Amino acid sequence: MIPRYQVVIFSILVLASLAMAGMLWHLRQRAHERLLAGVDSAPTKAPEVAPAERATLMVANDDDNALLAQVHSLPLPADPGSRARAVLARLLDLYAAPNSTHAVPGGARSVSQVFLLPLPQRGVPEAPLKTNTVIATDSGAPISGGPEPEHPQMAVVNLTSNFAASHPSGLETETLTVLSISGTIHANLPRVTEVRFLVDGQVRPTLAGHADLTRTYLVGDALPGPAPASADSSENPAEVSQP
Amino acid sequence: MLTPNLRMAFAITCMAVLIVSVSLLKGQSNPPASPATARPRVSAPPAPAIAPAPQSPAVVTPPAPLPPRFVVLLDAAHGGDDLGGHLSSGQLEKTANLALSVRLRSLLGARGFQVVTTRESDQSVEMNRRAEIANHADARACISLHTADTGSGVHLFVSSLSPANPSKFAAWKTAQAAWVTRSLSLAGILNAAFLQAGSSVTLGRTPLPGIESMKCPAVAIELAPERGSDHKFTADSDDSDYQARIAQILATALLEWRAQAMQPGTGLPDVGQHGPARIDSGNTEARQP
Repeated sequence: MIPRYQVVIFSILVLASLAMAGMLWHLRQRAHERLLAGVDSAPTKAPEVAPAERATLMVANDDDNALLAQVHSLPLPADPGSRARAVLARLLDLYAAPNSTHAVPGGARSVSQVFLLPLPQRGVPEAPLKTNTVIATDSGAPISGGPEPEHPQMAVVNLTSNFAASHPSGLETETLTVLSISGTIHANLPRVTEVRFLVDGQVRPTLAGHADLTRTYLVGDALPGPAPASADSSENPAEVSQP
Repeated sequence: MLTPNLRMAFAITCMAVLIVSVSLLKGQSNPPASPATARPRVSAPPAPAIAPAPQSPAVVTPPAPLPPRFVVLLDAAHGGDDLGGHLSSGQLEKTANLALSVRLRSLLGARGFQVVTTRESDQSVEMNRRAEIANHADARACISLHTADTGSGVHLFVSSLSPANPSKFAAWKTAQAAWVTRSLSLAGILNAAFLQAGSSVTLGRTPLPGIESMKCPAVAIELAPERGSDHKFTADSDDSDYQARIAQILATALLEWRAQAMQPGTGLPDVGQHGPARIDSGNTEARQP
């Protein structure tokens, strides 16, 4: 016969065990959610489900200090900011590949974000600035108080510090990287006429000691625009399809 | 009748005025020395030996006209804490730049140029200080020297500022705009000299923060490794023989630049024709054209 006090103690212990198990499960779920929140879940590659489109990449060549327009076929998201990031990811993957004409390590993960901001149209009087007004999302789509969609845009490219640290140092190579990124954005998003650069969200004086990252790069007239969608591949210097 | 107190105050005032006047006169006769840091070195060509003329009190000969002053500024990029790039040979870019600058200074000095350098040792020199040295030297050519491991041959860069008319007041950050056309002419002469010597050369325009404050025809020269026809390295950018050859070509090109300047009517590097100009140190943002 089990004494009564032992039954009570056993019941209390079982209940305590169940409560502790429940608490452990709850803590585990919370830790899992916290871990997921800390990981950069932003897409670094265009989703494969998106339809493949033609994108023009301004590929740098160190040998002749030139940018060569190449048309690639790759899946591109509809959102302009994500689209710019996907195109730049492909461009930097080309540079990170062996036998690249402009060898720069880092690849697709070197671009953290691309923000598109509306610019006031030239010749049009600027509207008074509304304080505390959100004018663009991450993708550049106006939320409220934004300008007309025909307005030119500025692209702000946020590079990673790893990319800047591993970039080869030199006037030519750094200039080509900056102009290549600017030209590629303009070639695929013609409304983008100005490009600025950040590194880990901060303004940095130079990319790797030479190319000035403190100023705005104008790309409207200096570089060739996008290749027409109906253009034959022979009209373009090079056309590459995504494998 | 003056009281003793008033007489004393008058005497003290007179003495104070006298002391201030004397100190002001001293200050004018002895201008303050430039800061010790980043003091530019000026190497002038040796003066020709002139035999003393026989004295003839009846004939007064006018003094021979001095040869026009032709200053070349050599700016060895980086230095001190600013290492520049790491070359494949293990050398730092700042060291290779300085070696090229010293080599070129010797060649130019031997050819009668007055050479001003922004640094003669491994010291840190601010971008603005480099431009100040160039502008105070009233240079006819400003050459910024870089070395790199990427690409091949020689890369010539001119500021990407849009050409602007010279004005009495120029914004500090865009002072080069009035000189861009002449900078392009200088780059053209350098380009032709390198091509004539069989070197690989590329031309480009890019924002050049230090150079864009300079009031002189200015070109940034980046020396990359020399490659053969099979694209293999034949000389690193810090190779002494390679640098000597490049310095020789640069000196020849600058002789050509000076010869053009001496021709009447070309007016290419005649920097003095607009008179002294003041440069504001405003914060005008330069945008790439």
